[in-house]
Amino acid sequence: MNQTHDDGILKVRGLRKVYGEGSKAVEAIGHLEFTIRAGEFVCIVGPSGAGKTTFLRCLSGLLKPTEGTVILEGREVTEPPADMAVVLQEYSRSLYPWMTVAANIELPLKAVGLTKTKRKKRVTEALHSVGLSDSGKSYPWQLSGGMQQRVAIARAIAYRPRVLVMDEPFAAVDAQTRADLEDLIRNLRSELGITVLFVTHDIDESVYLGERVLILSSAPTCVLKEVKTNLPAERSQLITRALPEFASLRTEVYETIQYAKGVNYYTAQPQPENENRDEGRDKVAT
Amino acid sequence: MKRLGAWAFFTFAVPVVLIIAWTIASETSDTIYFPSPIAILAVFPDTWFSGAISGDIFPSLSRLAAGFGLALIAGVGVGTLVGMLKPLRLLLEPIFELFRAVPPPVLVPIIMLVAGIGDGMKIAVIAFGCVWPILINTVAGVRGIDEVQLDTAASYRFSGRLRFVSVILPAATPQIVAGARQSLAIGIIMMVISEMFAATNGLGFNIIQFQRLFLIPEMWSGIILLGLLGVGLNAVFKIIENRLLTWHVGLHAAEK
Ligand SMILES: Nc1ncnc2c1ncn2[C@@H]1O[C@H](COP(=O)(O)OP(=O)(O)O)[C@@H](O)[C@H]1O
Ligand SMILES: [Mg+2]
Repeated sequence: MNQTHDDGILKVRGLRKVYGEGSKAVEAIGHLEFTIRAGEFVCIVGPSGAGKTTFLRCLSGLLKPTEGTVILEGREVTEPPADMAVVLQEYSRSLYPWMTVAANIELPLKAVGLTKTKRKKRVTEALHSVGLSDSGKSYPWQLSGGMQQRVAIARAIAYRPRVLVMDEPFAAVDAQTRADLEDLIRNLRSELGITVLFVTHDIDESVYLGERVLILSSAPTCVLKEVKTNLPAERSQLITRALPEFASLRTEVYETIQYAKGVNYYTAQPQPENENRDEGRDKVAT
Repeated sequence: MKRLGAWAFFTFAVPVVLIIAWTIASETSDTIYFPSPIAILAVFPDTWFSGAISGDIFPSLSRLAAGFGLALIAGVGVGTLVGMLKPLRLLLEPIFELFRAVPPPVLVPIIMLVAGIGDGMKIAVIAFGCVWPILINTVAGVRGIDEVQLDTAASYRFSGRLRFVSVILPAATPQIVAGARQSLAIGIIMMVISEMFAATNGLGFNIIQFQRLFLIPEMWSGIILLGLLGVGLNAVFKIIENRLLTWHVGLHAAEK
């Protein structure tokens, strides 16, 4: 309906975020500017403390940016948008312990005003898609970390957002669960045709999942580089990760991040600042 | 069977010994102020089971229920608002602490002036005594809600009502229940005291009346009845608490 939809479902324009004021001010985001097209799977990778969570909070309308705007489907984000679901980094704390798993998934659907029959149907479907059909009546605290994460994902997909945003969702689960959840997300994405913005500090994960990887600098954050993965759409933990393209992509991302940290990645030693960083550093050296 | 025996022993040993000691002490002495349990038991049915259940016990408990209920609604309602709004909290918290520190019985004469001596006065006295622990605990409970839980509610665009009913209230329930338990004990005290000042029925009124008429065993039977009511109300409270807080107990067990 709106022409602006064609060139990007989500546009980030000149975003900047400074926490606090005066001498205590922390500039978490320096300048972010990029566009995500409808249906894309974009990974954002950056070191811890880079401002990834801050960025997602601005994006999802939970935090007001200091400067700049986020435009979702042609409309500026000023409050949490209806078409977006967010899986927060602290997923286990985001599930309400006084409700069963099914009730947790159902609650946002109540907020939308769906009828009871429709809600029940969506809850059953969502639980099925994440492989937790038998756990609807359990309480979140009766489940393992990986299962709780599935519940948080189920809640997000039952909501049927157009854009799914996830903040380091698999950082706290074991490697096997993590691989399963990565494939789960890829499959859900292709089934539902939604746009996914996936934040991680794990380079392999970003390359494996994304069609495009945005590499962030440390705070104050900006996009250092954008890498198109061009890996086959059908991904598999064994085959995709063994591809030569996969290896070169992760090297590319890794180099960029290490460069940003000012570290020589061949010796893993911090370099003198003036060799790696350019602007105005020579004054310090002389 | 053996465990039941052990339970019965530990529960009833001390009361039985006390009752026996009391019986021996009162039977062997000639003071009339401490009648033997046998004498008290003898007057108990006539004193309380012939008309007093509807005439005295029921009015007392209804006023307690009304006062406690009002305190619960006001305490949780105002407590939630104050807990959510920082400026309100800064303004009001010192006042709450002051009111909480005032021993509730001294408010009876003042409330009598304003609310007269009818049921309204007694309910107001009970409510006024009960409201502070509930209010202060609700504020603490609401303030302590995990930010992630509120962010989740915000990101899924919960309406104010849904947020209150499904997130804020349940999250603060453990603290609210702790406050309500303190309030229940205060409520029973205020129920009796309000009836001692000016009343025509009720448990407190009867105990004072028996004392004035020198019906000492009857007076004691009232005191024992109050003790039993207290135990009964606590048991009911415990049942409700267990139902409300199953998740809380489970969550803490899971975190260990
Ligand atoms: N509420 C806050 N107040 C002040 N500083 C904050 C706040 N939240 C995050 N920061 C700071 O902003 C920077 C980025 O944090 P964050 O967005 O959490 O990074 P990431 O998610 O990439 O690890 C950090 O230096 C952090 O200390
Ligand atoms: Mg983070």
